Amino acid sequence: MSTQDKDEMLRTFTAKAEAVSCVVEEVPSMAKAFDYVVDLCGKKEACKLLISGCEEALSKKAEGLCETKQAKLVAAPNLNKKDFGSLKKKCNDNGFVCIDEGMRDHLAGTDIGVALCQGGIADTGTVILDSDSEETRLATMISEIFVAVVPKSKLFANTYEAEDVVSKLIGKDPSYTAFITGASRTADIERVLALGVHGPLEMHVLLLDK
Amino acid sequence: MQKAHDLKEYREEVGQALDNEFLRKAMDNFARAYPQGRAKAFAGMDAAALIAEIAEAKDESVSHMEELYQEFKKNAEAAGVKVHRARTAAEANEIIADIAREENCKNIVKSKSMTAEETLLNHHLEAEGLQVTETDLGEWIIQLRHEGPTHMVMPAIHLSRDQVAGLFSQVTGSNQPNEVEKLVKVARRELRQRYVDADMGISGANFCLADSGAIGLVTNEGNARLVTTLPRVHVALAGLEKLTPSLHDALRVLKALPRNATGQAITSYVTWIKGQSECKAAEDNKKSYHIVFLDNGRTAMSKDPLFKEVLRCIRCGACANVCPVYRMVGGHQYGHIYIGAIGLILTYFFHGRDKAKNLVKNCINCQACKAVCAAGIDLPRMIKEVLARIQDEEGHELESRLLSKAMSNRRFFHGLLRSARYAQKMFGTKTSADHKGKYQRHLPMLLSKEHGFREIPKLADTPFRDKFPKLREKVEHPRYVVGLFGGCAEDFLYPEHLESGMETFKGQRVDVRYPMSQTCCGLPLMMMGETTTERDVAKQNIRAFDPAELDYIICHCPSCASHLKGYPNLFKNDPEWHLLAQRFADKVIDYSSFVQEELEMGKEHFEQGGPRAAYHSPCHLCRGMGVHEAPRKLLGTGGYDYVEMKEEEVCCGFGGTYSVKFPRISSQILKTKLDHIEESGADLLVTDCPGCVMQIRGGLDKRGSKVKVRHMSEALAERKKPGGGHP
Ligand code: SF4
Ligand code: SF4
Repeated sequence: MSTQDKDEMLRTFTAKAEAVSCVVEEVPSMAKAFDYVVDLCGKKEACKLLISGCEEALSKKAEGLCETKQAKLVAAPNLNKKDFGSLKKKCNDNGFVCIDEGMRDHLAGTDIGVALCQGGIADTGTVILDSDSEETRLATMISEIFVAVVPKSKLFANTYEAEDVVSKLIGKDPSYTAFITGASRTADIERVLALGVHGPLEMHVLLLDK
Repeated sequence: MQKAHDLKEYREEVGQALDNEFLRKAMDNFARAYPQGRAKAFAGMDAAALIAEIAEAKDESVSHMEELYQEFKKNAEAAGVKVHRARTAAEANEIIADIAREENCKNIVKSKSMTAEETLLNHHLEAEGLQVTETDLGEWIIQLRHEGPTHMVMPAIHLSRDQVAGLFSQVTGSNQPNEVEKLVKVARRELRQRYVDADMGISGANFCLADSGAIGLVTNEGNARLVTTLPRVHVALAGLEKLTPSLHDALRVLKALPRNATGQAITSYVTWIKGQSECKAAEDNKKSYHIVFLDNGRTAMSKDPLFKEVLRCIRCGACANVCPVYRMVGGHQYGHIYIGAIGLILTYFFHGRDKAKNLVKNCINCQACKAVCAAGIDLPRMIKEVLARIQDEEGHELESRLLSKAMSNRRFFHGLLRSARYAQKMFGTKTSADHKGKYQRHLPMLLSKEHGFREIPKLADTPFRDKFPKLREKVEHPRYVVGLFGGCAEDFLYPEHLESGMETFKGQRVDVRYPMSQTCCGLPLMMMGETTTERDVAKQNIRAFDPAELDYIICHCPSCASHLKGYPNLFKNDPEWHLLAQRFADKVIDYSSFVQEELEMGKEHFEQGGPRAAYHSPCHLCRGMGVHEAPRKLLGTGGYDYVEMKEEEVCCGFGGTYSVKFPRISSQILKTKLDHIEESGADLLVTDCPGCVMQIRGGLDKRGSKVKVRHMSEALAERKKPGGGHP
């Protein structure tokens, strides 16, 4: 593929992802991606204040769940050991907790879920995520912000182009594969669009030079 | 859900829906917004080609449903999945209840599944003492209200934020604000606890991929991901028609499904699951995973030459989104569980004749659903076929039988129409100031108050067929030899449209024939489910015209035209007549297209500088015949100042016998049309169909509006310069 085609694909991906309220950034390295995560975590308010609706009164049981919440928490279960180590260090330096397992202990919600994706689909602004691990599934669902890191080399023009990769993922036994395109959304009340109904309230995509 | 016992009760329920102001406003806003969203989503794509591909691939899958099932089963079982098959809805529910018992599950979370709605799964499980929570926001809301969905994709579209706030206040035991954003967050946190408590998750499946044994789930909220992740047991319930050979087929459907459903390029989440994925709540870390396939008549349907097409449906909901009747009455009155055009059909097959018999009458045959269907299903035709089946099973209604009987004999039928002219004299006529035509003061069969929304025209003194011999021009060296197909409305009600048409042809060297043995096109018979007579009259018309000596068969009524074009469909099982019907249908053209595209008359033939004219595009012209540009261009040629109005291609609410059967819906649809006409500032409303003329002119006159209504042929004849022949 020519550089021109690649640039075109990058532009399309960015435009399409932004169209569904994703924040898209290009990052030169994993280290920079982690800086972005830490920076984002620092700026955001601690877990599910206001936007998650914590100020609204709930039934006793649902309220109870929230008592498990704690210091700001970043979850990144699908990174390799080395990458996780460096992210964890950056988090700890900033006073955030960083975990790669035990998501079921944090079902009330975490601040940021980070995942390295297996691909991206330009014409819909979608990321492809191998979610075989339960930890990965949960980290990317119960976080308030989902940060998806996508290597630029793994962008595809459309779903048909990505078919081989997806086929391989689906072919595993067992397999749990996800296309994710923007934050969790609903328009079920009066067709008013609202983000963050069950999953993340925000999605960021970091396009990685690699 | 359908509770009405007869048409009268059904009409009362429809009436209540029409009186529900919030519903009307919500549906109206949606109906206006949807087409733009859809168009945007498909921009730059060849939607028609994609739909044709989907239809073809789906047909292929449906014809191999059994093999696909076996292949899927083999692959899924190899991956440790338990595959079940249910013959009926009740059986599916029992299988799932059994799984809950065996796996010792008490708390169930569900993501959205129309198939589970079809089987009324929740009722069954709750009766078994299980706690079931819907997690899709819309589904949760209607579950709390103990009602069914009113839309397949947006199940709670009929409810206001106030109603939801009230409901959530009850659930949480504390007062909730009526702000959408906040209500969504309340659901987020309430439901999160339900996931935590659940030991079983139930999902549907949008795709079941035979070659891998994986399923695909399409959602926006992401609830399906939690439902299939947190509980230790997962049960997926899928109709057999969801079986598809491979990922590629699913990806193809995925291109159209979200675009057609909500105008999205793709939904937020598409999840592919194969085998027993990791689950830390399960003892061995492996999810216990069951797939229940529901037949419920699908296998039989897949073998029905006519109705197998219905199994193409991908449940995008678009056929409701564009339906003018759905727009007026909402989903509770436009389906039983499945909603919209497809709902009218599926109700009969899945929930029985009793639930379907009133519903299927409530289709105006505007073709809007067919035009957007992601799977290219001929929905209006299927609806009429269901109606015909119900009539055959239950006995035909008296009025339907009478119509059928009368129409099967042309002489008798035309005799009736002629004598009706004398009958109407007894009831008096009145003349409208602005319009040429006269109106019935009363028509015996239309005495009810509900028909008072428009004036009803009176039958012409002399039908066109009696005038024709005198009007016919001798043409040397004709450019075209054409047959006029009059149709009942033009021949007996509005002969002036045909006369005006003859006027515009003058000097154009068009040799016009009017075969006297032609009769009604048969559309009213189809509308009433009288398919046998429908075929009989089709044969009469095919015999009446000789395609060998005609270049075109011209219709001034696009409803007739599109019905004639569809004749070959009537003879799918009769090769000889199919061929004759095809030869006949190939020659059929509408008046505007003939004048614009064939005669190519120019501005020089018409006085220029005419009044402002708006255009109403008849359903059977724009969608039935695929004609969009010709009439609008023709207005300019004819010297009119064409002004665009809103929703030009939306139905006017006439639909022939429909407006007699459902006068309140018809008048409500008409009202929107009349508002648009008056807002446009036009002096004149031009259209191409006698039915639309009757409906719109009758409505405008009733309002005392100054806007005049003309058939295109009249509009052109009025401005045609004398002479100016074609060289
Ligand atoms: S033909 Fe028109 S009225 Fe009938 S179901 Fe389709 S959209 Fe609705
Ligand atoms: S019938 Fe067609 S438009 Fe209606 S839901 Fe099915 S696929 Fe969509």
